[in-house]
Amino acid sequence: MTEFLAKPLIDGNNLLQLLWFFVIALVFAIFLFLDGIDFGVGMATRVLAHNGDERALYMRAVGPHWDGNEVWLITGGGAMFASFPLWYASLFSGYYLLLFIVLVGLILRGVSFEFAAHSVTDCERSVWQWANFAGSVIAPFGLGMMLTSVIQGVPMDAAGNVRAGFFDVVNWLSIVGGVAVVFFSFLHGLHFLSLKLDKKTSERMLNTSKKVYWIAYPALVVFVILAFFFTDFYQRRTWSTLLITVVILAATICGHISAYKKRGGFAFVSSGVTLAGIIAFIFNGLFPNVMIATDPAKSLAVHVASSSQYTLEIMTIVLCCLLPIVLVYFVWSYYIQRKRLITDDSPASIKAALAQ
Amino acid sequence: MTVLGLSRFQFAMTTVFHFFFVPLSIGLAFTVAIMETLYVAKRKYIYKRMAQFWGKIFLLGFAVGVVTGIIQEFQFGMNWSNYSRFMGDIFGAPLAIEALLAFFMESTFIGVWMFTWNRFKPGLHVIFIWLTWLGSTVSAIWILAANAFMQRPVGYGINKKTGHAEMTNFAAVIGNPQLWREFPHVATGALMLGGMVVVGMSAFGFMHKNADRAFFTRSIRVGAIIALIGSILVIITGDLQTLEIIKDQPMKFAATEGIYEDLKSPAPWMVVGFMNEGSHTAAGLEIPGMLSLLAFHKLYGGTIQGMNTLNQQFLGERGKIIKNGIAHPEISNYYVPANVLFWSFRFMAAVGFAVLILAICTLWFTRKSKNTLADSRWKLWILGICTYLPFVGTTGGWLITELGRYPWIVYGLQTIADAVSPTATVPSLLITNIVYFLLFCLMGGVMIFYSRRVLHQGPEPDPEAAKAEPVPEVAPAGAHATTRKVALA
Repeated sequence: MTEFLAKPLIDGNNLLQLLWFFVIALVFAIFLFLDGIDFGVGMATRVLAHNGDERALYMRAVGPHWDGNEVWLITGGGAMFASFPLWYASLFSGYYLLLFIVLVGLILRGVSFEFAAHSVTDCERSVWQWANFAGSVIAPFGLGMMLTSVIQGVPMDAAGNVRAGFFDVVNWLSIVGGVAVVFFSFLHGLHFLSLKLDKKTSERMLNTSKKVYWIAYPALVVFVILAFFFTDFYQRRTWSTLLITVVILAATICGHISAYKKRGGFAFVSSGVTLAGIIAFIFNGLFPNVMIATDPAKSLAVHVASSSQYTLEIMTIVLCCLLPIVLVYFVWSYYIQRKRLITDDSPASIKAALAQ
Repeated sequence: MTVLGLSRFQFAMTTVFHFFFVPLSIGLAFTVAIMETLYVAKRKYIYKRMAQFWGKIFLLGFAVGVVTGIIQEFQFGMNWSNYSRFMGDIFGAPLAIEALLAFFMESTFIGVWMFTWNRFKPGLHVIFIWLTWLGSTVSAIWILAANAFMQRPVGYGINKKTGHAEMTNFAAVIGNPQLWREFPHVATGALMLGGMVVVGMSAFGFMHKNADRAFFTRSIRVGAIIALIGSILVIITGDLQTLEIIKDQPMKFAATEGIYEDLKSPAPWMVVGFMNEGSHTAAGLEIPGMLSLLAFHKLYGGTIQGMNTLNQQFLGERGKIIKNGIAHPEISNYYVPANVLFWSFRFMAAVGFAVLILAICTLWFTRKSKNTLADSRWKLWILGICTYLPFVGTTGGWLITELGRYPWIVYGLQTIADAVSPTATVPSLLITNIVYFLLFCLMGGVMIFYSRRVLHQGPEPDPEAAKAEPVPEVAPAGAHATTRKVALA
């Protein structure tokens, strides 16, 4: 058994290394699927809500979940640290300032829920609602930029130290990538709210999402075209990249049609698939490397970046035992809170409901 | 200002700030869970009000704790990439398990607990807060498992080809004796802190002119009992941990006691003193024989090594590692910052005993037969200010733990200087340090501001009390209190 586990299968990577590469991709995809909701809802508070009470209601819709959703990011970071420490070290230290900006966004958003709930005056509440909005835009934009600048090849030395300059981080592909993630998060949040709020508001959400799609399409198409020129994905991994591109486009169109047909559930799943698809596109293109260096000889391959076989075995056992349990109560927590909220629920009545 | 200095400052700042809120979450979750359990057991409405009221403070603290925790996790890769490369094989696993086993549980059930007060029966609802507490406590075990390895590396081997540490025995990493000394101390310290926060805030609550006396009396007693038990346990576990440290990290112990030259038993104990870190001498007020009693629990028996001896010993033993290039060539000696450690230890220990005494006094002054605490403003002020006391203690504890392993980041294996990111630059660190500092000040300030406001708003009114016969009006004991109501429940 152990012999089989250590045997190289694809591109010199053994089964566990492949598994963990897949697990990290999966965790990040789930993270973007779930936290995309919170980012989108945060954006909707400024774009769609008419007043502070409505904003509070939107924030209430994700209130019980945002914390759990964000844990997928923490898990992704921890899992990356455990299974590919060299990847974690190169990526996180190389993208220092960009990650820092993402962190600031996440901090602002994270505290805003609790702080807004404790606000008394409208002005005070508005400050934290702005913080929520700012965090909800900064974080996905920064993450989108990082993901898309990584795939273009980064200036990395033989020891794995990345010194990403300004134009490595900020260029056409990464900007379009960041914008795409922001817009699809926004759509995703709108679709979530259409499921979470009363019928009238729900319709308003889908009507807006119909229009936003017309901005999201160009972002997506430009992203696909730029990816063709800026990365070697279509040359190196032609068929899988094409397949994922088709899935992303199909999901986007499906989401748009669902929004027209007022099918919030389908639209929600579709926009989520688009977001997860972006992660799949990036991870599929990276393989068999985790970091693509501008000098291809210095690229960091999966099996080089991975931790020892023993650690991977331990982590696999832990994952197999814990993940099913986590998924059960995670899904359950969504299930018990599935009831739609009513727009008339002003913060005062929400407070009263909480106090019961 | 160097990259190393700024990175160290940033890490220290984040750890200390984050660790204000970790024990607050663990301790208050426990306190709230006890209150809600009392509600389930006794069916008295006041306990539900207590759980909900203190739950608000808990949620505020939790929010700040979560966001600072993310910084902490990302910082290993961002600022200490060489450390992550060297140690990722061992350090990453507990971190990932912490997320899977603890964070998910904590953050899922806190969301459920917050929003389902009227959805589930009390007996079921109370389980959610216990699961939240369990999650936060289990997360402490795993993060301390990672920290314990840095204090005392076990169950590893160095890969000859890469020069990185690799895990060889997971059970040994989890069974690290250092972990099972550290964790009980941290966990009981959190209980003490949670209890003391309830005591101190209740004291402030009493001072408000419309204070619900019955409510705060019962709260302060629950808080004081938890703080009392917590402080006794924290002193015991602290003692056990010290015994381990004397063997394991003698330099850390010598610094906390300000010992430069070897001491033969019975060794005197320096109560207060000043260390000259340049000339390696110490001077202060000493109690003869006391240190032997404290360290070995007997007068005659052990010899306590001083920092000078230990430094010579380490230079002899570990000079070799420097030649292999693993340790930093610039390190000329193994002294730790003695003054900081000496005073941190004294503050920490003093806090433990102070809380013990305060908790006993609180219980005495609020006893059923003669409950006088609420009318004595000076006592309330003392208790109120002491809300902040346990935070001083936990900070002292972390300073000892982390500064005491200087110059190592992983004891005996990698130095702090070698661990820092080679790509980090002074300007970027300067920017992040400033922004983090401002953010921490803002969050800490807002946290205190909102906690105060929650306190002044007071608990939700008791609907049953309104229905029942009117509360007897008792003549105010304090001259300044004119409309104070005392519910003689």
